[in-house]
Amino acid sequence: MLDRLKEFASNFFVTGEPMIYMSDVAIVLVSLAIIFTLTYFKKWKWLWREWITTVDHKRIGIMYLISALLMLFRGGVDALLMRTQLALPNQHFLDAQHYNEIFTTHGTIMILFMAMPFIFALFNIAVPLQLGARDVAFPYLNAISFWMFFFGALLFNLSFVIGGSPDGGWMSYPPLTELPTDPGPGENFYLLGLQISGIGSIATGINFIVTILKMRAPGMKLMKMPLFCWSVLASCIVIIFAFPALTIALLLLMIDRMAGAHFFTMTGGGNPMMYINLFWVWGHPEVYIVILPAFGILSEVVATFSRKKIFGYASMVASLMVISIVSYLVWAHHYFVMGASAGVNSFFGVASMIIGIPTGVKIFNWIFTMFRGRVRMTLPIYWTMAMITCFAFGGMTGIMLAAVPIDYQVHNSYFLIAHFHQTLIGGVVFGLLAGLYYWWPKMFGFKLNERLGKWAFWFFNIGFYVCFMPQYALGFMGMTRRVYTYPADAGWTSMNFTSTIGAYMMGVGFIFMVVQILYSIKYGERDLTGDPWDGRTLEWSVPSPAPEYNFAHIPEVEERDAWWEMKQKGQSLVQLNHQKPFEPIHMPNNSGRPFIMSLFFFIAGFGLVFNWWWMGAVGLLGVAVTMVLRSQERHDSHYIPAEEVQRSEAALGRF
Amino acid sequence: MSTAIHKSSHGSVHESPKYKGKVLPLEYTSHEGPLNILGFWIFLATDLILFGCLFATYFVLRTHVDGGVTDKELFDNITSFTAETVILLTSSFTSSLAIFAMRNNNKKRLIGWLIVTVILGLSFVGLELREFIEYYHEGYTMSRSAFLSGFFTLVGTHGCHVSLGIIWMISIITQIARYGIDAINARKTFIISLYWHFLDIVWVFIFSVVYLTGVVS
Repeated sequence: MLDRLKEFASNFFVTGEPMIYMSDVAIVLVSLAIIFTLTYFKKWKWLWREWITTVDHKRIGIMYLISALLMLFRGGVDALLMRTQLALPNQHFLDAQHYNEIFTTHGTIMILFMAMPFIFALFNIAVPLQLGARDVAFPYLNAISFWMFFFGALLFNLSFVIGGSPDGGWMSYPPLTELPTDPGPGENFYLLGLQISGIGSIATGINFIVTILKMRAPGMKLMKMPLFCWSVLASCIVIIFAFPALTIALLLLMIDRMAGAHFFTMTGGGNPMMYINLFWVWGHPEVYIVILPAFGILSEVVATFSRKKIFGYASMVASLMVISIVSYLVWAHHYFVMGASAGVNSFFGVASMIIGIPTGVKIFNWIFTMFRGRVRMTLPIYWTMAMITCFAFGGMTGIMLAAVPIDYQVHNSYFLIAHFHQTLIGGVVFGLLAGLYYWWPKMFGFKLNERLGKWAFWFFNIGFYVCFMPQYALGFMGMTRRVYTYPADAGWTSMNFTSTIGAYMMGVGFIFMVVQILYSIKYGERDLTGDPWDGRTLEWSVPSPAPEYNFAHIPEVEERDAWWEMKQKGQSLVQLNHQKPFEPIHMPNNSGRPFIMSLFFFIAGFGLVFNWWWMGAVGLLGVAVTMVLRSQERHDSHYIPAEEVQRSEAALGRF
Repeated sequence: MSTAIHKSSHGSVHESPKYKGKVLPLEYTSHEGPLNILGFWIFLATDLILFGCLFATYFVLRTHVDGGVTDKELFDNITSFTAETVILLTSSFTSSLAIFAMRNNNKKRLIGWLIVTVILGLSFVGLELREFIEYYHEGYTMSRSAFLSGFFTLVGTHGCHVSLGIIWMISIITQIARYGIDAINARKTFIISLYWHFLDIVWVFIFSVVYLTGVVS
């Protein structure tokens, strides 16, 4: 019995690496510390009532943000481990298998568990407030989305200590990832973790489309909507059309692995290219899903800090929509070398280059907005300017890769690695950080310290160029992606070493950001006005942080930049409070069911990972029961009485 | 929308409040009604793409039989899949009759037609299961060839959707029986009927792309 238990444990838990044991100890200690703190301060009830059961878009946004920053840390540690391994030739810091696992988890986590929750955080925090709405269209579904993401990410990250990490790359191409060549639960963790969080992403896409189409304040025509909302609309349209393809790709590969089907196998008539097509039909639009909101953020930030209307509003909207459509027509550029005909490759090459045009329009519009404006040099504008520069150059190397003959030369080399990091870090991450600094006071009621933020900015930015510029050169020199080491006489040593220095500088930048946040929690400048940046859109018309119901009275919108226009006319929402009587406000009820249902999904997923069918069945049964209970629910909302609204506004100094 | 509408909406379409001069059907009269219905239409769009990917996969793998059974040989029992088709199309019709009864504020008929729809749905799922079991006993399983993998997954996914719809519809029938036809139930019934029609349309494509194409190829 004991022997069998031992054998089970040695397969179940990941063993053999001192680093893993250290992480095990760290995970146990941190978990114990959290449990102890919550118990000691009697915070369990608070956690359940205020956060786990919440359907408030502002709190869900904050939970997304915390998860995204934690995942940025984990993905970042993965990156540093890889750069440490590659700093010098013939190193044995990581072995080949371990290196495979780390580049797989780095890519997957950064795209799906860092970038996605980061954009969802900002959707949740900004969109309803910008629209003049009291919540999203489906607050209950919004909570489901978050918890599905949370448990999907948890399942994926568990693979680090239980069962073993996936090692098939972040795209997880078959036939390599089929059962004969990739046994063990690692790949199953990938498939189920992504599947569960993917369901949440589709739900978020639907939720925000309906919110934007149906919940705008009276008078806010679509063409009077803030550009960030437009970018969210564009991004969500891409989500609902792209994510089902990922669902199917993951599902079919899972059926291959668990039921012995032959979709993508080399035997039985399977066709691995089918997976690659399905994956990239999602995968390429996915990068637009994460970059479009960053475009929206930039449009808000440049207008606010230049104290000018955005240049070319209509062309901004048009270019967002064009990008969201053309983004479906470029997926095959991820495998020009896989034997498609010249005609097919030309089509996808040209389509990929065409995307550069609307993107260029946006870049010029941002520059023209700043031109002759009085630009205030704050952290959001720092990151905006860094993004415009970095992304423009990243886009140009993208045009190079879109040219099929050049792609044949540099395909899957470090040139590609440098290119997509320049667009995903220089575009998405820089843009999202601009948004984070911009909306931070709205979320928490205080500003982040500028001085520490500038240290973080310069370390991260200079580090970025030191890290990735040498990689373009390495690509030309023939270094391919995913090699875990290289010989000393390849001539790659100095470039690789420089790149590693840059990576560590970015790590230092991240530490500065953490210090900045911790410092500002205690000493940051408090925002008492609700409008710390002299903003232009409606989220700045309410207090920071916004009350539960957002707007005591829904404002009537007449112009673009509604709040700016109100201020020019000497109006404010405080006046509305005096002019109009308070009315009861209709709000959704909190519910623990989204959490419990997602927990059942997690249980089902965990069971399926290890092919424990009974556990999978229990989990799915739990999901079904929670769904029926939801179907039977008839009243899931309540009214905040008018007197309470009045009291709360008075307490905020607005009545 | 205001409380007044929310509370006064327990009635038939004739008592519904006017909106820009138009009388709204009951399911659109609550605050959540129009939101949920639009949201569900968008969900159907995502589901359509999901099925689109499965159809594409099936079409690519249709001829990849690996020396095993082809679609022409597999679909020799024409009566079976024709019966499935007739039953499902009829159930779509009866679910429309249910909505018609709802518009006339006839609770008994509404429940009656929904029950008929559920029974037809169950017979459809039963026939499909019988077909699958038959194939299984003849040794035609998912792991035999890529064609069979594609077939079972595409048709099986549709069958799972129908089964889920049946459970959902039963849950709604119990609520109508308890609370009658009000704005909430009208919204729920309307949405499940959208779902039911959608599954019907998908089946029309399965019938023509999978079965008919197989038989005539």
